[in-house]
Amino acid sequence: MFVRNAEPWMDGSSLGEHLEETGVSRRSFLEFCTEMAVILGLGSAAAPSVAKALESQARPTVIWLEMQECTGCVESTLRTEAPTIGNLLLDVVSLDYSETLMAAAGHAAEKAKADAMAKNKGKYVLVVTGSVPTKEDGMYCTVAGRTIRQHLEEAAEGAAAIIALGACAHWGSVQAARPNPTGAVGVRDIIKNKPIVNIAGCPPIGDVVTATVVHFLTFGRLPAVDREGRPLFAYGNRIHDQCSRRAHFDAGQYVESFDDEGARKGWCLYEMGCKGPATYSPCPIVQWNQRTNWPIGAGHPCIGCTEPYFWDTMAPFYNRLPNVSGFGVEHRIDTIGASLAVGAAAGVAAHATMTVMHQIRRRKAHQTPDSGSTSGEERNNG
Amino acid sequence: MASTKVVVDPITRIEGHLRIEVQADQGKISGSWATATMFRGIETIMTGRDPRDAWAYVQRICGVCTTVHAIASVRAVEDALDIKIPANANTIRNLVHGMQYIQDHVIHFYHLHALDWVDVVSALSADPAKAAALAKSISPWPNNGEAEFRAVQDRLKKFVGTGQLGIFSNGYWGHPAYKLPPEANLMAVAHYLEALDWQRDVIRLHTVFGGKNPHPNFLVGGMASAINLDETATINAVRLADVQGMIKKAKDFVEQVYWPDLVAIAGFYKEWGAIGGGVPNFLACGEFPETDIRDLGSLYFPRGIIMGKDLSKVVEYDQQKVEEYITSSWYTYEGGDDKGLHPYAGETTPKYTGPKAPYEYLQGEKKYTWMKAPRYEGKPMQVGPLARMLVGYAHGHKDIKELVGQALGTLKVGPEALFSTLGRTAARGIETVLIANKMQTWFNELITRVKAGDTATFTKDKWEPSSWPKKAQGYGFLDAPRGALGHWVQIEDEKIARYQCVVPSTWNCSPRDAKGQMGAYEAALVDNHPLARPDQPLEILRTIHSFDPCLACGVHVLDADGGLLAEVKVQ
Repeated sequence: MFVRNAEPWMDGSSLGEHLEETGVSRRSFLEFCTEMAVILGLGSAAAPSVAKALESQARPTVIWLEMQECTGCVESTLRTEAPTIGNLLLDVVSLDYSETLMAAAGHAAEKAKADAMAKNKGKYVLVVTGSVPTKEDGMYCTVAGRTIRQHLEEAAEGAAAIIALGACAHWGSVQAARPNPTGAVGVRDIIKNKPIVNIAGCPPIGDVVTATVVHFLTFGRLPAVDREGRPLFAYGNRIHDQCSRRAHFDAGQYVESFDDEGARKGWCLYEMGCKGPATYSPCPIVQWNQRTNWPIGAGHPCIGCTEPYFWDTMAPFYNRLPNVSGFGVEHRIDTIGASLAVGAAAGVAAHATMTVMHQIRRRKAHQTPDSGSTSGEERNNG
Repeated sequence: MASTKVVVDPITRIEGHLRIEVQADQGKISGSWATATMFRGIETIMTGRDPRDAWAYVQRICGVCTTVHAIASVRAVEDALDIKIPANANTIRNLVHGMQYIQDHVIHFYHLHALDWVDVVSALSADPAKAAALAKSISPWPNNGEAEFRAVQDRLKKFVGTGQLGIFSNGYWGHPAYKLPPEANLMAVAHYLEALDWQRDVIRLHTVFGGKNPHPNFLVGGMASAINLDETATINAVRLADVQGMIKKAKDFVEQVYWPDLVAIAGFYKEWGAIGGGVPNFLACGEFPETDIRDLGSLYFPRGIIMGKDLSKVVEYDQQKVEEYITSSWYTYEGGDDKGLHPYAGETTPKYTGPKAPYEYLQGEKKYTWMKAPRYEGKPMQVGPLARMLVGYAHGHKDIKELVGQALGTLKVGPEALFSTLGRTAARGIETVLIANKMQTWFNELITRVKAGDTATFTKDKWEPSSWPKKAQGYGFLDAPRGALGHWVQIEDEKIARYQCVVPSTWNCSPRDAKGQMGAYEAALVDNHPLARPDQPLEILRTIHSFDPCLACGVHVLDADGGLLAEVKVQ
């Protein structure tokens, strides 16, 4: 909620001094630190160290570049719960360039960016949403008469770290789906000499974005990442292993058609094409929009949006794993990045098949002998 | 006599990448060019995919207008396959789309548009007691007290005092075009901050039914969120109570904060009722069906066209009369770049002919944008809230007529003031009030049906591709927050053979066509339009923002060959 009596941060004073001075939002600040510590996987006991780190520095500059994108990642960040976006903008960081939010336009906006980058050279955090078009000399995306690639290279130069926010900045996303008309690529394909963290997802959860920024401010480095550059604190586990519907998978209770009896009982969506078994994501734990719900929780199969190239590898979305492009004959281990997900998906398919067979045998075994369809052999096998 | 060339790139506080160039003479704008500077080619990517997946891809055309392309897409596929969705699914889509309108319009007003009218720095010198008195004279909103305004002002004072101005850096503070007294500025800044939290809370309605926002889930044939009052993992009383709370919270804020603020601020800027009118034709495709999209008579916002500002008659809309021109766009047509093509016969071959980057000006270039130029019977159109309210007004729609009349009365201006920058901004507020009320009606309908035992949310019979005809085509329309949207899908052998969209910002941001007719942004900027300081283009932002530009939506591309590409298969 909007903290009406919260006060802004004075120049030269730390956040801690500022809070002391105002004497009001200390408690909510600590609650925020606890929340962050938990999301970061540090446990609530680490809240004091998060608080200490945040209290000891001035508001760091954040430059936010928007490239080929839909602005959904900006919107998702606006939904962050703790800190609220108002507190983030006024109290935690100094967002010195953001096309979506900033008051200035045109030359004044570009000057604000240039000034902030010069003044904070080597220290600012660069947040990037959107992909870089590589065809047609980059003319598929320009700002202020320059290609977005020029803007990215320039801003990356003085950045302390880069947060590639969302699937577009990560690997190109929807515009990079076959046939990738503009040659769209992610930040990592252009910038090679800076630490980059990929907040995967289309879009990612706003709270994970905030947590990554706080992680950097708290520990002075980006969080540990997996081979896709995704923070382990958020993307370290498969959806399938954390899913609230997992018990139904194990019990062989599947939704077989939307709005069927299984759907109305909240059963497993595996047969409807759920990509949870091949997807590493914070969705089931962190959930969306103040923990209101998440895609599987709302009855729709996961489409695997935190995995690279999911628009091609996870589609058709309603086909059961592994009968999708990424897992059939033409599966692309190189682009998927690891056999891990493929292996896991294939394993799950085998697992599911075995579970279903087991269920069928068990059901048959429970049929009365006079139903006439249960052979002794099946009963023995059940 | 020499005119000044002015470039505003980037236009900030919009969705996407927009560049505006103008020529200014003695405080007035005499020429204007609107340029979309990004291209992605989403439609090309649709070919060969499963039509049931299409909503997810095209939804990513825009994350600000999240939901609108997804709904247009499932409607197009349902039209092609003749699927009638259950009444509950239609109501849930109305609720989701309705909340999109409300949240999107409020965000637009406070976070994208307000800083064109509200001087944040001036709020520092306001008297909080007077600000509270002003706010209480227009609204019963409980947070409009002196203590609240003082706290916001103190927060702002210290923020400004840090020298780290963040998103407010280099704003045009103190510009003579800012007319609000400090107290009104303070009130608006307080509500800017409050709206940041409010938007996050009310949009959770999408999350209840679609699992997340932005980009909630949809489904061809209905909605995936099953209803079962006796289960924890489904739509049940807990979730419905949450939705009811959000509907109430949305309505309260719209009626007690957004609308009174809009009217109060408009009162200081009445001259903008005669500025920036531009294109005199308005198109609305209609939206919010009662139970089925095919029942055009049941649309809450009616369909139709107003030509030449003539409110005495509504012209019938026929999608066959839409053509797209690329005379000024970075594409080429096989039959010549001066021809207009209907979307069904459309071609898109991107062909960049502009200057190499970095470049200084595009004015003077024959082709200058990635945006195409749709025309209706050869005429440019405006789409969006103003088009909907004008069509409704001319139709004699009771709710619209009443609220438009009330707004004009309060501001003491005639209907001609609607054809303006201020008119577009006011119309957006008017329709938000209407939808905020309508939400409760839709919610009640859902409850009534569930109470009567109807919990169906999905039509199963055409789900399996084997049940589809070998060839099918469909048209899905939707009047989105930013205006009339259409998706056309052609299906062959269970795959998408062709996919096309005509999008609100394509209409409004279109460049000059073969006849040299300007698009809506361009025409508005040369219609009695001031520009006091070319280096501080505040007035340009006012008019462009009044359209609520969405550039990622506007730029789209058809498949390059223009043919049915059924042979392209995706496994």
